[in-house]
Amino acid sequence: MQRLDRLKESPSQTAGPYVHIGCVPSFAGIEGVYPEDLGRAMITGDAKGERITLTGRVFDGTGTPLRDAMIEIWQADAAGLFNSPAETRGSADPAFAGWGRQPTDGETGIYAFETVKPGRVPFPDGRLQAPHITMWIVARGINLGLSTRVYFEDEAEANAADPILSRIEHKARVPTLMARRAGSVHTFDIHLQGENETIFFDV
Amino acid sequence: MHNNPPETGAFYPRDPDWHPQALTPGYKTSVLRAPQRAKISFDPTLGEIAGPAFGHGLLGPLDNDLILNFASPGESAIGERIIVHGRVQDERGRGVGGTLVEFWQANAGGRYRHKKDAYLAPLDPNFGGCGRTITDAAGYYSFRTIKPGPYPWPNGVNDWRPRHIHFSVFGTGFAQRLITQMYFEGDPLIDICPIVNTIRDQAAIGQLIAPMDMANTVPMDAMAYKFDITLRGRRSTMFENRREGN
Ligand SMILES: [Fe+2]
Repeated sequence: MQRLDRLKESPSQTAGPYVHIGCVPSFAGIEGVYPEDLGRAMITGDAKGERITLTGRVFDGTGTPLRDAMIEIWQADAAGLFNSPAETRGSADPAFAGWGRQPTDGETGIYAFETVKPGRVPFPDGRLQAPHITMWIVARGINLGLSTRVYFEDEAEANAADPILSRIEHKARVPTLMARRAGSVHTFDIHLQGENETIFFDV
Repeated sequence: MHNNPPETGAFYPRDPDWHPQALTPGYKTSVLRAPQRAKISFDPTLGEIAGPAFGHGLLGPLDNDLILNFASPGESAIGERIIVHGRVQDERGRGVGGTLVEFWQANAGGRYRHKKDAYLAPLDPNFGGCGRTITDAAGYYSFRTIKPGPYPWPNGVNDWRPRHIHFSVFGTGFAQRLITQMYFEGDPLIDICPIVNTIRDQAAIGQLIAPMDMANTVPMDAMAYKFDITLRGRRSTMFENRREGN
């Protein structure tokens, strides 16, 4: 019989406490190597759509915010298109990167992204997903980056029809994926453990 | 960047027995940061299948030279000069071209240039510790640096990290996103490192140990180590279920 000859993915290791040196060096106090930290600005021009701030904290099992985490987000533009070579449905807004990267603050643990509200993207079977942002969290003590999704609590109708949200058996956990809105500021806290542990995805 | 059509297949599932588990008590910080409930699985959607791309225009000429990229003019970082090179590939063995690879490390004495690192080994005024590059069309990358030193860290009373370089890799889809660490062949600290040992499979650990590569050393200049990085593979899209019009 032939062999599948498949390679194994390189195993993950924690990003460690000094992830900032490699990913957001000016946050670590290293200036002059790169012009600016990559992913700091997601909006690079006159981006279309509703401008929003996505902010929050990441809490450990004692309720203490992580002050050494790094968060990346990835999302569609206001029209639901990704700024990616793999986007074959059309051209995304050139003034919107779709990807951003921010550390949590070294004192307060707060992260913040200035972005636009994403449009709806189809599920593989053609149904529309609710507007959402993919989030990836790494830090000291996290052995494999954690993936979650940020949904918007004021999109009740779209959320009710979302193919991912609707497959979650424990409905009581769904609110852990909802950003709370106050004006243009959407707050999304991540709980790594405890009663309100955020839903993380294996994708 | 390349003429090949973009890859749009969904990814093979991750192997949870190959990656470290979230809760690894030997690495104490994981205890309060490990989610305790089962992850929810779904087959990747476009948001996982697509990912950001970074053009070669992002890079400065010294981005992949840690010996010089923080040094004063005419000076260079202290330590054993090394070249690290390899290939970013996927589980099918295909090279992953045009992808961003970022790396960071301690200096030759084991000290990081970071406000939270208080180790008594001195900073090197000519060493910052970060670099980046983008793989060529076939997936190859290389950079020049100094061999990082081992360093003690608060976990057990006497834990030391083996010499290592941290790597961040994007791939072509966001679900391939990976952060890992490279170790050096022959380092006796590897076997007793609580972070290395969050990985249970010895063959998986071996995948993170770079062999010395004499053939690629630069005589009278720099040693070489080879470090290949494997990202998740993609299914063929030829027979994917698709509704009309999608
Ligand atoms: Fe380290």
